[in-house]
Amino acid sequence: MAFSSLEEIMEYMEKHHVHFWEAVLEDDLAQRDVTREASMEQMRYTWDAMLQASADYEPERKSASALAGGQGKQMETYCTSRTPLCGEFMGRVMTEALKTAESNACMKRIVAAPTAGASGVLPAVLIPYYETHASQDETVLEAMYTAAGIGQVIALRASISGAQGGCQAEIGSASAMAAGALVSLEGGSGKQIIHAAAMALKNLMGLVCDPVAGLVEIPCIKRNVIGAVNALSSADMALAGIESRIPPDQVIDAMKAVGDKMDTSLRETGMGGLAATPVGIEIMKQLKNHPSFGNS
Amino acid sequence: MHIFDILGPVMTGPSSSHTAGAARIGYVSYRLLDDMPAEADIYLHGSFATTGTGHGTDRALIAGLMGMKPDDTRIPDSFAIARERGLSFSFSTIEINDAHPNTALLRLVGKSGKKLEVQAASIGGGRIRIQKLDGVDLNFSLEKPTLIVHNMDKPGCVAAVAGLLSDKKINIASMQLYRDGKHGRAVMVLETDQFISPEAAEFLSHTEGILKVTYFNSEEI
Repeated sequence: MAFSSLEEIMEYMEKHHVHFWEAVLEDDLAQRDVTREASMEQMRYTWDAMLQASADYEPERKSASALAGGQGKQMETYCTSRTPLCGEFMGRVMTEALKTAESNACMKRIVAAPTAGASGVLPAVLIPYYETHASQDETVLEAMYTAAGIGQVIALRASISGAQGGCQAEIGSASAMAAGALVSLEGGSGKQIIHAAAMALKNLMGLVCDPVAGLVEIPCIKRNVIGAVNALSSADMALAGIESRIPPDQVIDAMKAVGDKMDTSLRETGMGGLAATPVGIEIMKQLKNHPSFGNS
Repeated sequence: MHIFDILGPVMTGPSSSHTAGAARIGYVSYRLLDDMPAEADIYLHGSFATTGTGHGTDRALIAGLMGMKPDDTRIPDSFAIARERGLSFSFSTIEINDAHPNTALLRLVGKSGKKLEVQAASIGGGRIRIQKLDGVDLNFSLEKPTLIVHNMDKPGCVAAVAGLLSDKKINIASMQLYRDGKHGRAVMVLETDQFISPEAAEFLSHTEGILKVTYFNSEEI
């Protein structure tokens, strides 16, 4: 059975003397009745697909609305022309987040993590880390199990769908997963992993899902950047020994409660927030009148 | 929900529900038709109707109907591929009472004249539910190996299917029976713990009273 709380994963780790990622892996084997090799193989395939998505980025390509595309390249150019304010590593993280999120908007192949709209967050921290820290593939796969375990608990206790819980459930969950993954890459403890996840989730709590014209473009693409950046700062806090004062599982429950209180207009209906601004409405109207786009 | 529902699916963007789920609906419909589709009249309901075009829902459905899966990079070009392959299609909007916001109704005619009507919903994360098959209300998700049997509504058919699965040491996890009172036809949906072999499905399709057998092994979609 899947873990229903992060605390349960901690108990499993203690009882069986395993790492966080191994607890998640062992649970997967039991749940799906597959071999360790088959599970690891599928995780490797998933990791390869993330790397491929980044490699296949096309700066010239535009999304269906023609509003999205090219900003990953813009960021990359900026980061090579000067040192970004956030530093070189963070510059690469922001670039990767934009690249994958734009590729998604442009109907290219990505890995939903946990959703397509939030698909840029996890690769944005994994790929630059992998490249700059000369990591082994295995270490990254372990971090991915860590991320998946966190995401699974959030999906079970709360939600990973913007239509249900707002953007906090998509980018927030992705950020929590990425924060845990980073602590895992750095060899942090289980406690540090779950507190990094909790802090990441807390810091994006309340974020609404307000896509302009209902498309996974504005503001989704740039929110992948904050998801990744927030994951890094949360992981650093956890590695410094800072903990979430509210227990991680209770943070997840609070995220659900906030999502339940969120008005429908702020849950992926394209009717509130940025979608309801004058420019947001104008964009929606223009798209509706576009011949290749209209819904009549 | 397992971990590769969280880290996955590997898919063509931009939306797991509007694109990956739509491709899956198309693919499952293609498999249920058991023929290359020649005509497809597709009706979109709810959010599929209002934001489907921008999410490539239409192109994903057509791609699926041609046997492409959600991670196929040809999804954006599926309309052109459909024209090459002689699949003609139309899209309209529809309002279906009590349907999930992301619902599609597909009326299909295959190259060899087979017909099929499918109503399915994309319920999030790329997961789908089939809710109507040729006018029969039902409900299955294809998250486990699944056997779909169309049969005459008469004694013995259920026993024949259960008997065969027992012989093949396949355990039935759940079983649902539906019937269309008007036409004397029924549909059985069985979820199993083990994979269903093509031979078992083939054998079953020759059993008396059984009209059609389709099986999905969950890894397939």
